[in-house]
Amino acid sequence: MAQIVIKNLRKDFGDFTAVKESSFTIEDGEFFMLLGPSGCGKTTTLRMIAGLELPSSGEIFLDGEEISQKPPSKRDIAFVFQMFALYPHMNVRKNISYPLASQGMKRRDIKAKVAEVSKILGIEDMLDRPVGGLSGGDRQRVALGRAIVREPKAFMMDEPLGALDAEFREHMSEELRALHDRMGATTVYVTHDQLEAMQMGDKIVVMNNAVVEQFGTPRDIYDKPATVFVADFIGSPSMNFLPFNGSVLPDQTSIQLGQQVVDVPRQLAQASGELILGIRPEHISLSDKGIVRGQVLAVEYLGTTQIVVLSTDYGELKARVDASLPVTVGEHIGLTFNASTITLFDKVSGRAIRSTLNDGVFPHG
Amino acid sequence: MSYSVTEPSSRQKWIAGALVILYALITMAPLVWIMMTSFKTPPDSISYPPKVFYQPSLEGYVNLFTTRTRVSPERLAELPPPTNFAEEIVRNRDMVIAGPSKFGGRFLNSVIIGFGSTFLSIFLGTLAAYAFSRFKIPLADDLLFFILSTRMMPPIAVAIPIFLMYRKLGLTDTHLGMILLYTAVNISLAVWLLKGFIDEIPREYEEAALIDGYTRFQAFYKVVLPQAATGIASTAIFCLIFAWNEYAFAVLLTSGTAQTAPPFIPTIIGVGGLDWPAIAAGATLFLLPVMIFTVMLRKHLLRGITFGAVRK
Repeated sequence: MAQIVIKNLRKDFGDFTAVKESSFTIEDGEFFMLLGPSGCGKTTTLRMIAGLELPSSGEIFLDGEEISQKPPSKRDIAFVFQMFALYPHMNVRKNISYPLASQGMKRRDIKAKVAEVSKILGIEDMLDRPVGGLSGGDRQRVALGRAIVREPKAFMMDEPLGALDAEFREHMSEELRALHDRMGATTVYVTHDQLEAMQMGDKIVVMNNAVVEQFGTPRDIYDKPATVFVADFIGSPSMNFLPFNGSVLPDQTSIQLGQQVVDVPRQLAQASGELILGIRPEHISLSDKGIVRGQVLAVEYLGTTQIVVLSTDYGELKARVDASLPVTVGEHIGLTFNASTITLFDKVSGRAIRSTLNDGVFPHG
Repeated sequence: MSYSVTEPSSRQKWIAGALVILYALITMAPLVWIMMTSFKTPPDSISYPPKVFYQPSLEGYVNLFTTRTRVSPERLAELPPPTNFAEEIVRNRDMVIAGPSKFGGRFLNSVIIGFGSTFLSIFLGTLAAYAFSRFKIPLADDLLFFILSTRMMPPIAVAIPIFLMYRKLGLTDTHLGMILLYTAVNISLAVWLLKGFIDEIPREYEEAALIDGYTRFQAFYKVVLPQAATGIASTAIFCLIFAWNEYAFAVLLTSGTAQTAPPFIPTIIGVGGLDWPAIAAGATLFLLPVMIFTVMLRKHLLRGITFGAVRK
């Protein structure tokens, strides 16, 4: 079990920079998510930790030991591939025992170990089957078995649920999380699915364009986004952005949005020019006294809640309200914002402006 | 009746089957004729009209493997009775066996040179193809084109320079010389074919092996090679067929110790004209190794030549 420290990690492929000076720390036993859209450098980061790519610069510490230039076989890190990468010419048993065979473990011990692992994963009855005929979920279990059988210091998982059916993914993600809680091993998990990241992760790193945008707990990342990108990427529907021109000063608790005064968390920094007010759909409520007025364009009914799409002076906004609230398309409605949840952003830099809400959430880069 | 876009109807299958059988008969006819000729006696082999039904005889095979001398009938009568069937056949023609022919040695040369160059082509080709497929090699495309360009003319076009080079280097009429020559011709085919096969093998398999604690070479040996077996087998067949059948260079560069079977077989001369049954027997025996090799690997060959056509 191990702590992983990433320091100023960088990877260039020719002229293309896949990862730009990233730093973060993965604590021992954490289920750590690397989240971002495709091409953001999350998989490259994962592969560098595992040793499948060598970084152009920067350091990786595994339990205090610098490993960034070591071959993968010397790192004691297991990797679960998106396409599972089970050895197609071997049966399930051989696949699972393959990492043990490379360590020169005795046959009897290998057998016992494989039996133990296959019991945990519930695949005892398929040990002698070829991997070719297995279902996606069973392949996933075998791939996990191959990873956990050697009791590595850490697990790397590259979108391990990406190849599964939506229905099965849910089930498998629970199983994965339960497995992690049982083993307590440090796990780094790459995904582009923000729901999966929120659901399973202890901590999340959000990456975009080779840069770490934010690093923190799912709750912090959702409630206190450090950049416009994070605010937009996390949450479905994503945060509403209301652009305005103005300025904020430290200790200010309201801003001028058009003709209206809107309460915001107490600001701690200074900014002016083109700014953005960000608010999550669930923090907008419909009321006649609302500070912003809009016309209902559409209503998406989701069972317990409904998403109301409104056209306002600040563009299209989405509000998540109780499903029982009667809303009809075309009606004009006022909107109130839950002041304590508002984040202001500087449009030019894309960063959040420091306030009592997000103070301490360090933006990374 | 059910109709399917992909499943052919029974009539279509019947026609397709008939066409395939017809094609097989046409292509196999010369082979069958060669095999039939190898079991004829010399007079039967040149009789007109050609004989389809005849008394089979092993005379061709006996003549292929032996040298014989003619003796007078009186001398023949004095000899003790023949001890085996070969001697009996020979004596019926007023001859005795003087010794073994050179065919066995030439055949062995073909085996050594054919399989040797195939092994070397595949060995070097697999390593090169793996490197081209997996590593960032400077000027990789140019190098690949250069390798392919060696096949852009018939190899025999460079016969004279090769002849002079081989004479200087003392490689003329040596096994090593012929193995190197056939390897040089086959290597471009091997690299290109095998690169295609290795490109199709996902890198994740090797990466999984690297993670599982194996070195790059172990990963190549234990994971990539078994996956590439199909490609290697079909490439090996192509290489072997070329090296085995090559005639022009063999005529030019070999005369004795390293002469292969193809230039030797037509030189088998009988008494009073070419000994067709012996030549046919030589050709039949010469066909067998490639035939056996191909039949053994035909599953791979079939999969091999359609490999990569469909994305799985």
